[in-house]
Amino acid sequence: MATTTSLPAPPLGQRLVQQGLPVLVVLGAIVLLWYGLTVWLNAAGAIERVLPSDSPWTWQDLVAATMDMQRPVMPAPHQVATDLYTSLTGNPLDSPRNLLFHVAVTAQSTLVGFVMGTVLGLVLSVCIVHSRTLDRALLPWIVASQSVPVLAIAPIVLVILGSMGLAGVAPKAVIAMYLCFFPVTVAMVQGLRSPQVIETEMMHTYAASRWQALWMLRLPAALPFLFPALRVGIAAGLVGAMVAELPTGAQAGLGARLLTGSYYGQTVQIWSALVMSALLGLVLTAIMAGIETLALRHRRQA
Amino acid sequence: MSTAGPAASPRSEPRRQRSFLLIVGPLVLGALFLMAPMANGQQPVGTTFWVATLALAALAVAGIRRMAGFEGRPLYATLTAALFGVWVVYFWQLLTVALAVPQVLLPAPWLIVLSLVENLSRLGNDFTQTVVKAVIIGWVLGSGLGFLVAVAIDRMPFLQRGLLPIASLTSTIPLVGVAPIAVMWFGFDWPSKAAVVVLMTFFPMLVSTLAGLQASNRLERELMHSYAASYGRTLWSLRLPAALPFMIGALKVNATLALIGAIVAEFFGSPTSGLGFRISTEATKMNMTLVWAAVVVAAVTGSVAYALLVALERRVAFWHPSVRGKK
Repeated sequence: MATTTSLPAPPLGQRLVQQGLPVLVVLGAIVLLWYGLTVWLNAAGAIERVLPSDSPWTWQDLVAATMDMQRPVMPAPHQVATDLYTSLTGNPLDSPRNLLFHVAVTAQSTLVGFVMGTVLGLVLSVCIVHSRTLDRALLPWIVASQSVPVLAIAPIVLVILGSMGLAGVAPKAVIAMYLCFFPVTVAMVQGLRSPQVIETEMMHTYAASRWQALWMLRLPAALPFLFPALRVGIAAGLVGAMVAELPTGAQAGLGARLLTGSYYGQTVQIWSALVMSALLGLVLTAIMAGIETLALRHRRQA
Repeated sequence: MSTAGPAASPRSEPRRQRSFLLIVGPLVLGALFLMAPMANGQQPVGTTFWVATLALAALAVAGIRRMAGFEGRPLYATLTAALFGVWVVYFWQLLTVALAVPQVLLPAPWLIVLSLVENLSRLGNDFTQTVVKAVIIGWVLGSGLGFLVAVAIDRMPFLQRGLLPIASLTSTIPLVGVAPIAVMWFGFDWPSKAAVVVLMTFFPMLVSTLAGLQASNRLERELMHSYAASYGRTLWSLRLPAALPFMIGALKVNATLALIGAIVAEFFGSPTSGLGFRISTEATKMNMTLVWAAVVVAAVTGSVAYALLVALERRVAFWHPSVRGKK
C-alpha cells in the first residue's frame, strides 16, 4: 500500500503477488468457512426434512443434502451464485424477477439523493464559511447530528412526503439526500478553510473578490476533502435508499427484496439481494474513487 | 443566556447591556407572543400575526448575530448554537400551532414533549430493549472482537495485507442488510440486533486498530529496541498507547453505527418493544408525536454516547496533540 517515492516501485507482477495473494487467500478462507457454516447450520434441518428417516445415510449424503436445500438456514455460496446467475440471465431486464431491475431502482434513488445531498452540502458549506453567524449557530448542530442515528427519521420523512402525495423515487431520494449531505457539509467546511493565511492574504493583495477567492483558491483547496466525503456519502445514501424501501412496502428495490425474502423465508433470495447490494455499494464507491483520481490527477505530481 | 453579561469585560457597560437586551429581549417577547390568542390557534392567522412573526424573526436573527460576534471564551460558541436551537424550536412551535399544521406533517414540539412524558415507561422499555441490550452488548462485543483480531494478526503481515483491503471495503457495503438473516438465525429478540451491531462495529475497529498500531514512529520503536524491550512490552508501553486515539475514534464511529444498526434491524422484525419497532409501528399508525418522541430518545442517546466517549478520550489520550490543545 504505502509505496514511498524514494524507492522505485516493484514490478507489477511482484506487486500483484505481494498484495493480491494475501487477499485471495483470505477470500478463499472466507468461502471455506462459509461452506463449513453451511454444513453445520443446515445439518439439523437436513436430517429432519431431506434425509430418509427409515434408511441409513452416510455423512456424504448429509453434506450433499445441506448444500442443496430449498430454504436453507445458510445457503451455500454456489446456491447464491446460481440464483444470481439465473436471475440475471433468465429474465428480461424490466422484469421484477431480474435482480438488475431492483439494483436499478435502488441505484436511481441513491444517485438522485446523492446529487441533491451534495449540492445542498456544497451550498451550505459555502454559506457557513462566509457567515460567522451560520458558522457559530448552525455548524455545531450539523456536527452534532453526525452522532445521531439520522436513519431513525426515515419513517417520518416517508409519512410526511406520503401525506403530501409524493411517492416513488422522491421519498427514497430525500432520505438518501440527508444521509449524504452531513458528511459533505462537514468536510467541505473543513476544506474551504484549509488554505493557509499566506494564500488568503495573497488573494487579498490581488484585490480578489470573495467569489474569486472562493472559485480560485478555496474550492480547489477543498477538493481533496470533498472526495472522501463523497465516498462516505454515497455509501450512506445507498443504506438510506435501501432502508427507505422497508416501511413503504415498496415492490421494487434491493431493500424491498430483502424484506419480501424475510417474509417468505426465501433465504437464497435474501443472500442474492445482499450480494447485489454489496456489489452496488462497491461499484458506486469505485466510480467516486475513479472520479477522484481523474479530478486530482494533476496534483499527484506536485 | 445571562452568561452573556459578565463575559464581555473589555466591552463598555452600556454596550454590554444592549447586547444582553437584544439577546434576551426577543426571547421574552416571543414567550409573551405565544400566549396571544392569534398565535395559539384560537384565531385564524391574519396580517397582524405575520407582521409580528416577521418582526420577531428579525429580532431573533439580530440577537443570534450579536451573540455570534462575541469573542473570547469557547462558551460563547456553544451559547450561540443553543440560542439558534431555541429559536428554531420556538418558530416550529409557533408556526405549527398558529397555522394548525396537521400532526401527521409536523407535530408541535410541545406535543412531542407531552407524548414523551406520557409514554415515559413505554419508551423506557424501548430504550432498555434497544440500547441497553442490543446496542451496548453488540458494540462492546464488536469493538472488542475487532481489537482482539487486530492485535492477534499484528505479527502476521500476510494476514494483515489480506484482511485490511477487505475490511476497508466493508465500509462501502450496506451491512445492515444482514438484519433479516440475523432475525432468522437469532430470533426476534435482542440477540439478532446485537449480532447486526457486532458485524457493523467489527470492521471499523479492526481497521482503526491496525492503523493505530502502525502509528508509533521508527525512532520510538528503536528506542524500545535499544532498551531490549520484548515484543509484548513494546506493544503494551508504546504501540497500544499510540493506537489509543485511533481506537477511540473507531469507538465514536461505532457508537453511531451501533444505534443505526439496532434501530434499522428492528424495522425487519422485533418483539413488541424497541426504539426501531416503536418508530416503525407508530409511523404506520400515524401517531407521529410518539414517533418523534422515540427519535428524540435515540438522538439524545447518540449525543450522550458521543459526549461520554469524548470525555474518555480526554482522560486516556490526554497526551495526544489533537486533545492537548482543548481544555
